[in-house]
Amino acid sequence: MNPLSVVVRTICDIFAWFLGIFGAYVIIHGHISPGGGFQGGAVVATMAALLLVAYGGKKVLSFVRPGIYTGMEATGLLVFITAGFLGIGTTFFYNFLAGQGGLFGSVVPLGPNSGILNSAGTISLMNMAVGLEVVSGLSLILIYMFKGIRLFEGREGRSERGHDR
Amino acid sequence: MNWQMHLPALALAVPLLGAFLSLVVGLGGRYLRNAWMVCVSIATTAICIMLLQRVLAGGTMVYVMGAESWNFTLPSGLSWPIRIIIQVDAFSAFMAATSSIAALAGAFFSLRFMDKFTGLEKFSALYFLLVTGMLGMQITGDLFNFFVFLEIASVASFGLIAFWRDRPEAVEASFKYMVVSTVSAMFVLIAVGFLYGRYNAVNIAAVARMLHMGYAEKIALVFLVVSLAMKSGAVPMHMWTPDAYAEAPAGVTCLLVAVSQASLYGLFRVCFTLYGVTAGSVVIPWTIIIMGVLSMFIGVTMAVIQKEMKRLMAYHSVSQIGYILLALGVGLLSLKDPQAMADYGFTAMKGGIFHILNYTMYKGLLFLSAGAVFYSAGTRDLNELGGLARNMPQTTFMFVIAAAAIAGLPPFNGFVSKLLIYQTTFAVYPLLAVAALVTSVLTLASFVKVFQTAFLGPARKTFEKVVEVPASMLLGMAVLTLVIVVLTLFPGWTLSHLVEPAAKALIDQSGYISAVMGGGL
Repeated sequence: MNPLSVVVRTICDIFAWFLGIFGAYVIIHGHISPGGGFQGGAVVATMAALLLVAYGGKKVLSFVRPGIYTGMEATGLLVFITAGFLGIGTTFFYNFLAGQGGLFGSVVPLGPNSGILNSAGTISLMNMAVGLEVVSGLSLILIYMFKGIRLFEGREGRSERGHDR
Repeated sequence: MNWQMHLPALALAVPLLGAFLSLVVGLGGRYLRNAWMVCVSIATTAICIMLLQRVLAGGTMVYVMGAESWNFTLPSGLSWPIRIIIQVDAFSAFMAATSSIAALAGAFFSLRFMDKFTGLEKFSALYFLLVTGMLGMQITGDLFNFFVFLEIASVASFGLIAFWRDRPEAVEASFKYMVVSTVSAMFVLIAVGFLYGRYNAVNIAAVARMLHMGYAEKIALVFLVVSLAMKSGAVPMHMWTPDAYAEAPAGVTCLLVAVSQASLYGLFRVCFTLYGVTAGSVVIPWTIIIMGVLSMFIGVTMAVIQKEMKRLMAYHSVSQIGYILLALGVGLLSLKDPQAMADYGFTAMKGGIFHILNYTMYKGLLFLSAGAVFYSAGTRDLNELGGLARNMPQTTFMFVIAAAAIAGLPPFNGFVSKLLIYQTTFAVYPLLAVAALVTSVLTLASFVKVFQTAFLGPARKTFEKVVEVPASMLLGMAVLTLVIVVLTLFPGWTLSHLVEPAAKALIDQSGYISAVMGGGL
């Protein structure tokens, strides 16, 4: 896949930041608004798709290292299962942070309110873990699928050229 | 509070932790990764066996994930269960213990067998995800979570079947399995949707309590029966089994056999516990019986003509699934009639459930021995193999035990369960017993063929340098051989202490319901 024109790349430069921020918003507000770790993670992972399409594979693959994504994946998974295991004093996956004060521990008053971000205990923690896992997992899938196209076309190793240069 | 209350959750949490940590442990090199695989497998098996012990001693166990207390099934002020509930009765625990032993053997076998591959930390992660999905299907008390675990097991198996990435056949087999699994998982999801729409609940006990037959329930039942029979490889939908079983690495095939049993478990849980007598005593039982007879006969006739060792065994697993479907179909047929249940139905179910245990053990062992032959001799083609008994005496010995057990030769364990099935199906319709007997004879014929061509005969020049497989692979096979020998020596004890409680639990619908619902609703 070759890099697209300068117009597309400029729009990608601007737009990718909004994608990242919106995805992070959906992940962090997972427990008080629609969406959550998976949905937000999928939004952030489209950044990888955008970069691959706009800049072409050669440039993206030159600074993306799959090892970093694998590390993020493992971190997300381990945070998730650790949060489950820490509750096993009561039951597995018991929400031991909720309503205790401190991290994610605010007590939510009854009735309508504007949304308290620092609440919901392990649910918000797990949302973030799932978000991290989905971002890295989907990005890895996109990168490997892209590598698959190059294998299929037999163009692995041949130098790429853009449309406009 | 006793820590053993957490056993149902640990049975899922430990293999899940094993899968997630494999990525990290894999950084530490080959020995650390292998040690981790062995530790997690042994821990999972120990947990499942303790679970079985506890359930047999103390009755059905319930576990509510994330609740204030492990048995808090009905949240205060509500009359139906909303949380994720794990429910383990004697049948679930029996299945979980059986499959975890197969998983242990597969893990031992894979340590050295997978040496030729790269990316092994991903292999062990997928392997334990498959174990989690399989155990989850068997111990969940919730229809939607059954679907979730079915998907976890399916997705993990796609990767594992195609692990031999440079073989196009493996990728094709994985793709075929992916299509079949996805279709059947969607069927399950639609069926769960129908039931959820009707009863506002997805808990098996809660739905079973309220269930009365209508159009939506009939559609859901048909979808569930078809999709789960498809996943277990019964005959009209068996086309994925030969490819998937033959192309997966041998240790994984051993586990896939156990996973197909988890789908069978789901089928019987739906028929006996979710629907029970409301499923009717004509259409569904006879559909299952006819599927069983077709699977037995078509599976074995296809197996006899195969020339590739693992493919031949894969067709046999279709035919063995048929025995189990036949036996439990007869049980379902007599569910409404206490007299028939006492006369032949209950014995048929005992035979079927015993056959599940036997089948998982000897089929796993057969696939492992085929993998061992492939590892040493480098081919699975029966036309090329020959005279391997001299080079691989231990593998030959264990293969003979497994082949005798699957063919139903007395005194092996396969004979006991098959005899129970012959006797009881004869009481329903003599032709069924005839079909079962003919199948058994053809099974014997095809395994005589494998034994004779692969292991006996003159030594061949090409296999002069073939040696016995490494010790860890032998250990994996020995685990299953040991179980087969124990089952062969103590069939009476097994039937009365393990199989009978499982069969009783399966027909005890009200006991399953009251364990969650108590007096509520």
